[in-house]
Amino acid sequence: MKYIDEFRDKEIVRKLSDEIHRVSRKPVAFMEVCGGHTHAIQKFGIPSLLPDHISLLSGPGCPVCVSSTRYVDQAVAFSRLPDVIITTFGDMIRIPGSTSSLDREKAAGHDIRIVYSALDAVKIAQANPGKRVIFLGIGFETTAPATAAAMQVAHRLKVENFFLFSAHKVMPPAMEALIDEGVKLDGYIAPGHVSTVTGHVIYQSIPGKFGLAVVISGFEPVDVLQSILLLVKQVETNSPRVEIQYGRVVLPEGNKPARDLMYEVYEPRDDWWRGLGMLPDSGLGLREKYAGHDAESIIPVEVEPTREPRGCICGAVLKGISKPMECPLFVRVCTPATPVGACMVSPEGACQAYYKYHR
Amino acid sequence: MKKEDIVLLNHGSGGKMAHELIRNLFFRHFDNEVLTSETDSAILDVGDGQLAFTTDSYVVNPLFFPGGNIGKLAVCGTVNDLSVSGAKPEALSVSFILEEGFLLSDLEKIVISMAETAREAGVAVVTGDTKVVEHGKCDKIFINTSGVGWLSREKKKISYGTGVAPGDIIMLNGTLGDHGITVLAARESLEMSPDLQSDCAPLNGLIQHVFETGAAVKFMRDPTRGGLATVLCELAETLQNGIELEEENIPVSPVVRGACEVFGYDPLYLANEGKVVMVVAEKDADSVLTALREHPLGQEAVMIGQITENHPGKVVLRTEIGGNRIVDMLAGEQLPRIC
Repeated sequence: MKYIDEFRDKEIVRKLSDEIHRVSRKPVAFMEVCGGHTHAIQKFGIPSLLPDHISLLSGPGCPVCVSSTRYVDQAVAFSRLPDVIITTFGDMIRIPGSTSSLDREKAAGHDIRIVYSALDAVKIAQANPGKRVIFLGIGFETTAPATAAAMQVAHRLKVENFFLFSAHKVMPPAMEALIDEGVKLDGYIAPGHVSTVTGHVIYQSIPGKFGLAVVISGFEPVDVLQSILLLVKQVETNSPRVEIQYGRVVLPEGNKPARDLMYEVYEPRDDWWRGLGMLPDSGLGLREKYAGHDAESIIPVEVEPTREPRGCICGAVLKGISKPMECPLFVRVCTPATPVGACMVSPEGACQAYYKYHR
Repeated sequence: MKKEDIVLLNHGSGGKMAHELIRNLFFRHFDNEVLTSETDSAILDVGDGQLAFTTDSYVVNPLFFPGGNIGKLAVCGTVNDLSVSGAKPEALSVSFILEEGFLLSDLEKIVISMAETAREAGVAVVTGDTKVVEHGKCDKIFINTSGVGWLSREKKKISYGTGVAPGDIIMLNGTLGDHGITVLAARESLEMSPDLQSDCAPLNGLIQHVFETGAAVKFMRDPTRGGLATVLCELAETLQNGIELEEENIPVSPVVRGACEVFGYDPLYLANEGKVVMVVAEKDADSVLTALREHPLGQEAVMIGQITENHPGKVVLRTEIGGNRIVDMLAGEQLPRIC
C-alpha cells in the first residue's frame, strides 16, 4: 500500500536501527510529544530495536489525556440538561470525571453521540432544531482548524443550536513548560501533524533557549527511526536545531490558510493541562463574533466539585517524569477496561500504549 | 460489584469487561463444571456419546450488509461454534424478537437466507419461538439460535486445547477483519471498495475436510468478537504456554488494511464470521495446510505462529518491521454492533 509499505520496510528499518547503534554513544532521553507517536512506537515494538541507553519518554500530546477532570465534569453536567445532545470523538466518552463519565451518562439514557468530525455535529444540530447540540472540541493545532471550519459553517448558515465546548490547546507552551519543570531531556520527537499547520517556526526557541534537539517526525516506523537517528546525530555533534523528517507532509511555513481560519475563530487564553497546571496562552477560546455558539457562556450549568483520582500519577506520566509502570495503580487497579486516569483511556495515552504492547 | 454499577456497552464487547461480567456474575451463580470450562459449546456426556450444545444471540446493526444479513449470521455463528468444538452440527432452534412495525418482506428475506445457509451447512431448523414487542422496545429484530451436534470422544479435547504443546503450529484459513470492517462501513454509510464483503460462512464443511486428512486438530476456535488476539490470549492463558505470532504472515486484505489505518483499528481485534484458528502438531502442519487450501473457504490459509515454552501465558507478536510486542485482549474499543 503506497505511503505505508515503503515506510514499514523491514530492510530499511534494520539499516536505520544498525546506524543508530553505530552512531549513538551518549545516554539520551528523547520525548515523543504526540500521542500518535507513542502509539506507533509501542505498536511496532520500536524500543526493542534501539540501544538500551536511548530512552523514549511519552509527552503531553494526547488530547483527551491532558483535558482536565473539570472539563469532563462540565461535559457530564451538560449531558444531563434537558434537550441537549452531546457530540464527541470516541475516546472522550470513557474518560473518568469526578463521579461519572460520559459513557455512564449515555448508559443512563442521556443523548451522547460519537462523531468523526465537527461538521457531523453541525449536521446533527440542523436535523434537531429543538435540541441544543454541544460539540466537545478537543485537540491541538491539528484538529482546531477543522472545528473552526465547522464553526464558520454553523455561523454562516445560522445554525443557532450548535455550540462548542472548547478545550482546544496549542502545543508550544506545553513543550517549554516541560523543560522549565526540569524534565531531563536531550531532544523532542516533535508532532508531525501539528507541524503541518504550524510549520517549524514554533519550535525555534527550543534549540536556541534550551539547547535541545528537535526533529519533526512522521508516524510510520521508518519515520520514527530516521527521526531518532537525526536526533542522535544532533546530540553527538552538539548541534541542536529544528529538522523536518516528515518532509512529505510538513512544509517549513506550515499551512497558512488553516492558521488564519483558526485565529479568525479562536483567541488564545490561559488553559489548564492535566499534569502541567495552568499555562498562559495555551488554550483556544471563541472570539466575540462566535460568542453565541460558546457553550460555556450561553448554557449555564452547575458543575460538581472536582475530585482527582487518588494515587493516579497521570500528571507525572504526561511530563515524562514517570513511566506508566511506576504508577501504583498500573495494571493492578487501572486497566483499559477500568481506567482511573485519562492516560489509560485513549489508544494514544501512554498508559494504554504501555499496557497493550509493552508489559 | 457496587450497588450503583450499571451495564455498559463494553460489557458486550467480547473483551475484558465481558469476561469480568461472565466470571463475576454468571459463573458465580450458575456455577458448574461444564459452564466454567469456557468452551464455545458445552460438551455433555449423553449415553455413550458426546453432545455439543451452544447458543448465541444476534443484534447486528445494520440488518443487511454486503456478504450477509442478521439471519445468515445467526445460522453461521451457531453452526461454527459447534463445528470448532469438533462436532457435526445436527439441528438448530431459532427465536425471533420482533419490533412492532418491522417490514414482513424484510423478515422474509432474512428467513430465506437462514434457510439457504442451513441447507448449505446440512443442518435443520427444528424448533423456534416468536415474540413481538412494542415499537421502540427493541431495534427491529433480534435473533437467538441454539444448536446441537454429536462428536466423537477423541474430539472432546479440541474445545479445551488440552493436547496443545510447545512446538505446535497455529493456522488461520484466510484474511482477518472482513466482517468487522464491512459492518462498520455499512453502518456508517462509508464508500468502500465493492470487493469488501463479510466473510460470514458456515465452516463445518471446511473443518470436516481437514478431519478427513486424519490429522489430529488439537484446538479450534472461531475468532468472532474480540478477534484473533482474544482467541490466542485466552489460549495462552489457559495453557500457560507462550504464543509467538509473525505479523507479516497474518493475511489482511488491502481494503481492510486501509480502513484500519484510517480508523486506527488493529486487524487482530476485528470480528470475523467465517474464520477458524487451528492448532496442530508440527508434523501435521503441511497436510492440514494443504487440506485447508483445497476448500473454497481456505484458499488463503496460512501458518501464522507457534506455541512456545517462552513467556508463558503471553502472546508476543513479531511486528512487520521486526520489533517485538505483547498482544493483549481487547479492552473497550468503540466498535459497532457486529453480530
